[in-house]
Amino acid sequence: MDFSIIIDNLPLLFKGLGLTLQLLAISLVIGFILSIPLSIMAASINPWLRIPVKTFIYIFRGTPLLIQIFIIYYGFSQFDWLRESIFWVIFKQAYWCAVIAFSLNTAAYTAEIFRGAILQTQKGEIEAAEACGMSRFDQYRHIILPSALRRSIPMYGNEVIFMLHATVLAGVITLVDLFGAAKIINSRHYAPFESFISAGLFYLVITFTIVFIFKLAENHFLKHLKR
Amino acid sequence: MNEIFGGYLPMILKGMIITIEVALLSLVLSLFLGILAASARLYGGAISRIIATSYTTIIRGIPDLVLMMLIFFGGQILINNIGDKFGSDYIDIDPMIAGIITIGFIFGAYMGETFRGAIMAVNKGQIEAGHAYGMTGLQVFIHITFPAMIRHAIPGFFNNWLVLVKTTALVSVIGLEDMVYSAKVAGDTLRQPFTFYVLVGFLFLLITAVSDLAMRWFERKYNVGDH
Repeated sequence: MDFSIIIDNLPLLFKGLGLTLQLLAISLVIGFILSIPLSIMAASINPWLRIPVKTFIYIFRGTPLLIQIFIIYYGFSQFDWLRESIFWVIFKQAYWCAVIAFSLNTAAYTAEIFRGAILQTQKGEIEAAEACGMSRFDQYRHIILPSALRRSIPMYGNEVIFMLHATVLAGVITLVDLFGAAKIINSRHYAPFESFISAGLFYLVITFTIVFIFKLAENHFLKHLKR
Repeated sequence: MNEIFGGYLPMILKGMIITIEVALLSLVLSLFLGILAASARLYGGAISRIIATSYTTIIRGIPDLVLMMLIFFGGQILINNIGDKFGSDYIDIDPMIAGIITIGFIFGAYMGETFRGAIMAVNKGQIEAGHAYGMTGLQVFIHITFPAMIRHAIPGFFNNWLVLVKTTALVSVIGLEDMVYSAKVAGDTLRQPFTFYVLVGFLFLLITAVSDLAMRWFERKYNVGDH
């Protein structure tokens, strides 16, 4: 094995790392923002709110992310009316297609995590809030969501790592993320070990960093649940 | 039906059979590796425990596609280097074998964790009773621990299986003609990528739905003794 190839290509790998982290961060932020109303709707007793959201969650969790990306990036080009509309500026770019697919996917998984946590909120907490005369909105804002989101931290940490690993699919639709960079190095030098092991190490380091951050977050936010 | 999908439906269904084959064969490999990993972590000495722990850590830290590329392209070089020494001709690695090895290897780590948790959930008294009857460690494992842990392993097992099925979509990236690959070919030829990717998405949902039914059946069967 000749790791001087990697040293020569470090700038490319770091550029790929930048794109990977950027895609991850943007998708997580959009996904998180979407997931809060979605999880409240999915936990609702009103079927008009619950069933559409649960269908969305079921479809996005039940099909491979690769298919979701392909539908958005390759599939949408089938429709002439879309190609002629102003939205085509977005859908013709691999970058935005990746962001849309990742965001919707993580929104579905995250909403399912939060939904579970919302439903597990202790009855006493909600009754106390009602007794204080809180409106439904205030209950969610001050009681249910803060407690449910805290309890979701360990599961959400897994979802973040899952999303990090899912961003490699950006490399499949021609983007040069960390995986895309490794693919380029491999095809230029025919060096699969050097390129994919280096990329793997980068991913390992990011994974460990995420695990560490979530350990800190758990220690901080879940102190009251520790025995 | 044939008319609707421009005569490509048989090809997609053929791809679906390959997808299911890859999934089932990877499942067999992952079960074997999972039992090995769980036993190593629970009963093994220091060295086997370190190997098993680093196995699960590496698998959880590196994206599946990076590992698949490493095994597909790297395995090619390794096998031909060995082949050269014995004077054999150039050998092409079959993407199906690379896919099965990678997916089996990845999910072996997750199955290992599922089995470890399930084994630890088995009632200690039953295991002690086995020892008291003079059974050897292996006999206790085969006749008591293993049958008793299945019940605890079912939810985790099916969860892993559902993720595994979705992961098989990645073998299309290394050129195996599974259902995603067939959808690409059909969609590109007929200029209807959306239609075919959505069709394949539905077929994945179908596999998920059938698996759900199977899980319910297994849970009912293995929870008979539970009150």
